[in-house]
Amino acid sequence: MLAFTASLVLGSRWLGPGALWHALVANNGSDAGVIVRSLRLPRTVVAVLIGGCLGVAGTLMQGHTRNALAEPGIFGVSSGAAFAVVLGLQLGLVDSVSSTVWVALIGALIATFAVQQLASRGSGASPVGLALTGAAVAAMLGALTSAIVLLDANTLDSYRFWAVGSVAGRGLDVAGQVLPFAVLGLLLAAVNARDLDLLALGDDVAAGLGLSVRRARLVGLGAIGLLTAAGVAACGPIGFLGLLSGHVARRIFGARNTWLIPAAGVIGATALVLADLVGRLVGGAGEVQAGVVLGIVGAPLFVLVVRRRAVAL
Amino acid sequence: MRSRTVALSILFAALAIVVALVSLSVGTTKLPVADVIEVLLGGGRRGTRLVVLELRLPRVATGLLVGIAFAVSGALLQTLSRNPLASPDIVGVNSGASAGAVAVIVLAGTGGGNISGFAAKVGIPLAAVLGGLLATLVVGALSVQRGVVDAGKVVLIGVGVAAAANSLVAWLLVIGDVNDAGRAAAWLAGSLNARAWSDAIPVLIAVVLLLPVAMMFNRDLSALVLGDDVASSLGVRVARIRLALLVIATVLAAMATAGAGPIAFVALVAPQVAQRLTRMERPPLLTTALLGALFVVLADLLARNGLHWAHVGPYELPVGVVTAACGAPYLLHLIGRQQKGR
Repeated sequence: MLAFTASLVLGSRWLGPGALWHALVANNGSDAGVIVRSLRLPRTVVAVLIGGCLGVAGTLMQGHTRNALAEPGIFGVSSGAAFAVVLGLQLGLVDSVSSTVWVALIGALIATFAVQQLASRGSGASPVGLALTGAAVAAMLGALTSAIVLLDANTLDSYRFWAVGSVAGRGLDVAGQVLPFAVLGLLLAAVNARDLDLLALGDDVAAGLGLSVRRARLVGLGAIGLLTAAGVAACGPIGFLGLLSGHVARRIFGARNTWLIPAAGVIGATALVLADLVGRLVGGAGEVQAGVVLGIVGAPLFVLVVRRRAVAL
Repeated sequence: MRSRTVALSILFAALAIVVALVSLSVGTTKLPVADVIEVLLGGGRRGTRLVVLELRLPRVATGLLVGIAFAVSGALLQTLSRNPLASPDIVGVNSGASAGAVAVIVLAGTGGGNISGFAAKVGIPLAAVLGGLLATLVVGALSVQRGVVDAGKVVLIGVGVAAAANSLVAWLLVIGDVNDAGRAAAWLAGSLNARAWSDAIPVLIAVVLLLPVAMMFNRDLSALVLGDDVASSLGVRVARIRLALLVIATVLAAMATAGAGPIAFVALVAPQVAQRLTRMERPPLLTTALLGALFVVLADLLARNGLHWAHVGPYELPVGVVTAACGAPYLLHLIGRQQKGR
């Protein structure tokens, strides 16, 4: 709530609490009203929604893969969605945000599935194997994406703004269009959270307790795909958010997924709002996109997780 | 060197020369290979000389040189860390170098997609080397725990550092003018398009100076493969040599990145293939270098003419797309093998 309010108050123009309240309740066309209603409120709402989605998606991935490094950005899921979107743009399949979500969804699901399958050849997926497979898939998709972008100079201009990951200029219409996907993904995640607690005991034990492991995995995969797709379609590939939320939530709320996953959602939302705010404040005349802020904050955290031996190597 | 290694080196060198000659002869103006050779030997008509020496040779030469530089860099890093995945494109050296170079392209850019000669000739390579060194330094410092470098952690921390550098690059692309961003984006894909001698010469200098130095450490490298303890008991000053070779590997990768962009997977694939084919216990430097050169010129030949030959259209692809398309499956295969061995 604090971050939410701060995001409305702060900006290139400071608005006092009184002015903010006034701007929110009375639509009188004042400067403050215009700033808050048409600029700050929509992007803050988008940041809350998408931050929540990505936080939950990352935590779900960490649970399902039993891998502390799992994260849509690192595991190639976001690059799958990004590649699909660029391909869709090029082929003329994508013309609105809602069609972008569908295309991104398909790309995210295929990439999730492919990375999981490729990494679990042999003796099952190890954390290093998964991270590297994700990196390999991301590198290849990145090269193909840039090939398409370079063949068509017009796509580059919109692509570069989208690829950095930002909530700037995203209006309530964007939030509205990805909302069904986000809600469905969050519902699936909520259903999945309890199963995930059982799965944490090991697949065999979970099956012994009457859980359909296969179905639980599929539900989880679907939730991850939906949430990542909603995030990528609305804001571009924002990295490290899932990693960050998952680990902070685990620190505070422990390992029980029924608590952990909603908490990660709230933390993800807060983190994205804050990242957007920091980016707006340090940028001066321009602004630093939330994706960049999170990349610079998230990478040290990633390194910390790796060094803490939280990863079973 | 064993005869198998010698034979393979000669084979790779010969193939690289053949591919380079083919690459010099095809294009919008098709030239007979005989004419190309005549030009290279100092003869030929003026028009032919112009096409071969001014337009195509700089590109092919840059390709050969960055192939050598990336491949040797990868061989050194893989040997030093005893990890086949520790190549400069995975552990963040290329990303760091990219961030440096893109910063110069975008920040010194005039908005017209051009930057002044001095900034381009000196600034980009310098910034790339500094960015690459910084990334190596960070990865190296962070992956040491209780005085020991953990080979698995080098790779993971490298992935993290690369991600941070990449988000910096994305931001630089956004704040730049669209023409500068276009130039940087084309360069980021790993491209040999429109290379001039000014691109080739810094890489040439790096290769000529550093490859022989690296080769002088051949015996020490063989000892390091056996482990640090064995190596130091054989009289190798492990820490000092490790640092020297790390710097050489970083500078080679960064100079190659400055010259042609972060061409993907060359540094990863060439040493591994050379090691398998020569059946050595580590990537042999010279054979790896020649294979890297062959890989890049062949990929560039395909990138330049592949879509045209397939009748898709008159488009050129950046060479990095071709190396990524060939290299990524190989990396996946390598990870699969490592996992089975676990």
